[in-house]
Amino acid sequence: MKTTESPAPLPAQSGAPVTKADAPVDRPPRARREGRVLNVFSHGVLVLWAVMVVLPLVWAVMTSFKDDASIFGSPWALPDRLHFDNWARAWTDANMSDYFLNTVLVVGGSLIGTLVLGSMAAYVLARFDFPGNRFIYYLFVGGMSFPIMLALVPLFYVVNNMGLLNTIHGLILVYIAYSLPFTVFFLTAFFRTLPTSVAEAAFVDGASHTRTFFQIMLPMAKPGLISVGIFNFLGQWNQYMLPTVLNTDPDKKVLTQGLVQLAVSQGYKGDWSGLFAGLVMAMLPVLGAYIVFQRQVVQGLTAGALK
Amino acid sequence: MQHGKYRFIVGFLALPLGLYALFVVWPFIQSIYYSFTDWTGLSPEFKMVGLDNYRRMFDDDIFWKSLQHSLMFAVVLPVVTISLALFFAFMINVGGRGRRGGPVISGVRGSSFYKIVYFFPQVLSIAIVALLFAFAYNPDSGAINSVLRGVGLDGVQPLWLGDPDLALWCVMAVLVWSTVGFFVVLFSAGMASIPSDLYEAALLDGAGRAATFFRITLPLLWDTVQSGWVYMGILALGAESFAVVQIMTTGPGGPDYSTTVMVLYVYQKAFRDGQAAYATTIGVALLVVTLAFAAVVMRLGRRERLEY
Repeated sequence: MKTTESPAPLPAQSGAPVTKADAPVDRPPRARREGRVLNVFSHGVLVLWAVMVVLPLVWAVMTSFKDDASIFGSPWALPDRLHFDNWARAWTDANMSDYFLNTVLVVGGSLIGTLVLGSMAAYVLARFDFPGNRFIYYLFVGGMSFPIMLALVPLFYVVNNMGLLNTIHGLILVYIAYSLPFTVFFLTAFFRTLPTSVAEAAFVDGASHTRTFFQIMLPMAKPGLISVGIFNFLGQWNQYMLPTVLNTDPDKKVLTQGLVQLAVSQGYKGDWSGLFAGLVMAMLPVLGAYIVFQRQVVQGLTAGALK
Repeated sequence: MQHGKYRFIVGFLALPLGLYALFVVWPFIQSIYYSFTDWTGLSPEFKMVGLDNYRRMFDDDIFWKSLQHSLMFAVVLPVVTISLALFFAFMINVGGRGRRGGPVISGVRGSSFYKIVYFFPQVLSIAIVALLFAFAYNPDSGAINSVLRGVGLDGVQPLWLGDPDLALWCVMAVLVWSTVGFFVVLFSAGMASIPSDLYEAALLDGAGRAATFFRITLPLLWDTVQSGWVYMGILALGAESFAVVQIMTTGPGGPDYSTTVMVLYVYQKAFRDGQAAYATTIGVALLVVTLAFAAVVMRLGRRERLEY
């Protein structure tokens, strides 16, 4: 489904009955006035909500450049000058650089793993008939509606017993496992829409199943992989609950929990400006990436719900 | 295609399925089992206690509070969010003025701008959003009360998150703020695919905007609304409400347990109080609530599917 903006198509005018094309002109004055009032009103509420969305973000950016005294004294005043030292302090003293690095490692590893393992499972489930196919499919898909917190209590001990607690690779494995339900669900549907003839031709030419998958099917599935990749990237980058439970070592913290920890510790130190600098630092890359890849992000995030 | 087929299937499924079984399925099964034991989580020893945990849960006032709050999250949040999103999406797609000679139904000017902006919160982590609003709600130095002071409402300085009667609503407002944009974009895509001759026909028959919305847009969009509803409800019962309540409210769980939700209570019992078995019992209750919620929405929302 298209999520991009396109102007509503003009009604077929050439051969269409005159009344249809002229409908807006022929509308009685009352309706037209109503239309104008509605137009003002609809723009009003839309602008209002846009302001409500942007204002807190602007406020955060502004606050990150102020000193502590003016943060408390006059929350809405512009900064007297740009206090870049807040940012420097947050990046080095408050460990934001470490949190960034940890997050990049965890998300990088788990994103690749999720896409590889997810597409393998989805391909087999979509294209091959074997006993238990439906069962495995629903086992994966069922994971989407279960409250993760229920599993987290024993999971903590499972991960602990395997010696994976508070490790980057342990977190990666758990992220992959919890990203699989949606990924498999989405990609299974996607692989079903691809034509079978190309894969069959490759197979006739002597390619093995594995080779057919990696050299023929994966490239064909690229649009689907991009959508589900963006979805998982944002989900894993923004993940808060899993690391809160499974990753309690201060040195291994990812961005989200690092910021929460920062909020507590800077609260004691009274370094609010540093904290805001950290918050904005974490916000900007994602917002920037969103603005650049706007169309793909929207498609990736809404694709699942429209299936 | 039979050659080596089963070896291939097993080879491709083994790793993903194994990982999934170990880290997702197995813990789920375990936690249901643990809910019948007295396991503390701190020592490996435990014994079966039958339904004791469940009996305890039914006498636990905090559990009932958390259940009540979770149900409010699951009912109020989707209703508010989806209504707002439908309204905005309708305004964006159909709210434009019928220009002379232009299409009968048109979006407002700048519709793609609105969609881009509304979507902002969706790409931010809910943890970051929660932190940001925790400061905005600060009664002394927060952005909200200072706006109120700025417009001369010096007398109106609520404690927001510190007020037991308000805290839950403050938390819910943050979740609404952060999810409306997603649904606006989702519904806009759905509305854009409704053929415009349907709208034209309705206009010719003299239907106003409200009638157009309730008679045409909403019925044709119903499937999307329904799945969005379930999606939002599951989030509101689970991960999202955990993050906002844990980060934003004191305790965490709010003054006088006024914002505690089931998912937070599970976390606290397991990882703060060392009562892992009891925590899984509450988790099972959360599972029941989640599945019941999804079933009720699907059942209530069942309509004949409209083809167009």
